[in-house]
Parts: sequence; C-alpha cells; structure tokens
Amino acid sequence: MNIQEYLSIFISSVFIYNVILSRFLGLCPFVAISKNTRQAFAMSAAVTFVITASSVVTWLIYRFLLLPFNLAYLRTLSFVLVIAALVQLIEMVIRKTSPALYRAFGIYLTLITTNCAVLGAAVLNIDMFFVNGRAISGSFYYSLFQGFCMGLGYTLAMLIMSGIRERLELCNVPKPLRDFPLAFIIASVLSLSFMGFSGFKF
Amino acid sequence: MKGLIKEFTKGIIKENPTFVLALGLCPTLAVSVSVVNAIGMGVAATFVLLGSSVIISLVKDFIPNKIRIPCFIVIIATFVTVIELCLKAYSPVLNRALGIYVPLIVVNCIVLGRAEAFACKNNFLSALFDGLGMGVGFTLALIFISAIREILGSGQILGHTLIKGFEPVFVFGMPSGALLVIGLLLGLFNLIKNRKA
Repeated sequence: MNIQEYLSIFISSVFIYNVILSRFLGLCPFVAISKNTRQAFAMSAAVTFVITASSVVTWLIYRFLLLPFNLAYLRTLSFVLVIAALVQLIEMVIRKTSPALYRAFGIYLTLITTNCAVLGAAVLNIDMFFVNGRAISGSFYYSLFQGFCMGLGYTLAMLIMSGIRERLELCNVPKPLRDFPLAFIIASVLSLSFMGFSGFKF
Repeated sequence: MKGLIKEFTKGIIKENPTFVLALGLCPTLAVSVSVVNAIGMGVAATFVLLGSSVIISLVKDFIPNKIRIPCFIVIIATFVTVIELCLKAYSPVLNRALGIYVPLIVVNCIVLGRAEAFACKNNFLSALFDGLGMGVGFTLALIFISAIREILGSGQILGHTLIKGFEPVFVFGMPSGALLVIGLLLGLFNLIKNRKA
C-alpha cells in the first residue's frame, strides 16, 4: 500500500483533472439532468457505481484477455461492448434485488451505457497503469481507486452545478441564453475556480 | 442528384450537429485548443461517420431490429480502431494531442445518432452524402470554435502570429474558456433562430 500514490490519484482525479470541468467527459447528463439536486445526486451515484465497476472489469479483460493474445488493438471495441453489457446486467440485478434502489437510479442507468465518462475512465486507466504492455505493480487497485475517484469528481461537479441552477431558477435571464447556453457559462465559471487547484502556468 | 446534394448540405448549416442539434459536445470542447487539433479531430470523426453510415446502410436488412444498437456500435468501433491505428502510425504528434478523445469517437452521439436516425432507413448513396455532410458540418464547427479560442488564447492561427503585441487571454486556451465560448455561441445561435421565427 502506497498512501502517497493513492492521495495523488484522489486529488488529481477529483479536483485537478475533474471529469466534467477539465476533461469534458459526460457533459450531456451534466447539462440535461442538473436542474434539481435530487436527480443530479441519483445520476451521479449511478455514474460513480458504473465507473468503478467498469474500471475493474475492463482492467481484468485487458490484462487477462487482450494482452496475452496480442489483441490490444481491440481495446476500444471490446470495452464499449463490455460496458454496455455490464450496465444492462447491473440494471437487471438491481431491479430484482432492490426495487427501492432501482426506483432511485434505475432509469439513469440506461442513460449511462454510452456515457463518455465511463469509457474515458477505462481508457485512461489503461493508458496510465500499463507501461509498454505490462501492468505496473498495484495497477489493479490504482485503476479501481481512480475509477471511484473520477466518480466522486463527477458527483462533486454535478452537486455544485445543480445547487447553482436551482437558485438561478427565479432569476431573469436573457431569453436566448436560457437553459443550455447558461448552463455552459456557469460551468465555465466553475471550471475557472477549479483551475485554482492546478495553479496557473504562464 | 438534387436530393443527394440536399443530404450533403443540410448537415453543414440547417442541421449542424454541433450548433443546431447540440450533439457530440465533449470532443468539441476538449480538442478545440488549436485549429490543427480541430482539423485532425474533424477528419477522424468524418471518416468514422462516412464509413459507419455506408456500412450500416448496406447491412441494415440483415440486422434484426432488436439487437441493432450493439451491431451499430461494433461497426462504429471498428472504424474508430482503424483511424486510431492510422493516427498512431502516421501522425504520432496529433495522436498525442488528441489523446483519449480518439477512442471516445465511439461514444460520440453524432455517429450513433446518424446511424439510428438516418443510415438504417436510407439507401447507400444518401447515407454516404449524409455522413459526409454531417462530418463536414462537425469539422467546420470545430474549426470555427478553435479559431476563436486560438486567436484569443494565444494570438495565433495555425501557429502564425496574427497581431504583433497582442496580449493573449490565456483563459481561452484553458477548459473554462472552451465552456464560455460554446455557451455564448449557443446563445448567439438561439438569438438568430428567434429573430428568424
């Protein structure tokens, strides 16, 4: 266990390279479902869960299937299919085992199938924790942890955004800027404040 | 012939994937730092759109309706892998600049959106022109956004300095500048649409 590594993964994927505000992954639900805090929270919980699960599965597939058979070039293709199947599977399991949980984020699960944050996290894990086609030591746990942290970063951005948008509901916004354009402008200001975490480079 | 030209031109202005349909914004924001990156991304996405539209329109009669989405994704992912390997082999610099956004073309809503909305209902030729038109529309939108960002963010265009002594606004080269530019542009397009209506 290398605490320092884990801490740096946490800080960089939650704050510095926030999935939404600095990597621009998963923007569609970010603008579409961030109008109310409860929905935003349910969506982010679903995303966090799926990213963590898919980080584990894609790591295993890459390490034990694609690498030994020299099929690394099939990465994109296999990951997309595996993630889609995984989301379906999770949805079925949740529906059978816990109807309350299914009501809370079941409908959002189907939306996540082609969310770029999930595939992005999987690809990033492979890019970062495999060097020259070999897993670096502890890379499985790093991938798991990084997936989870990216989910946390997603949740953080979603919650801040939905809080702001709830308050803006009563404001008088110029008509052409309503909805999407305003959401992007708010995100821009948020992203500006998140830039403080990485420091300014001139 | 006239119909085909219409399929081609509608993607450029009337149904522009970025500004009018607001699809595929993630890569648009991420790679629009410089015009060179934008052109690279646009060409890659156009290739994928063109290839997947044509193949899907050819095999649409053989694919059972219930499993069409996974089939489309496999076809799209194949073309993405082709362009990924080509970029790696012939243009490593561009590949590094575009990073994870090349494999992410798979989940770009424009590609799957066109497959589902157009290619699986139309014949080979219209799908070809539709894919090409959408790709060109996407590329032009990318170039437009990245030109604004590159001029304001570094005072250059395609690496050439435009105005001597211009103090660049660094924020436009950063993620927050991208969000600001796209927000204001979408607002501008809404304004134009409202004026017309």
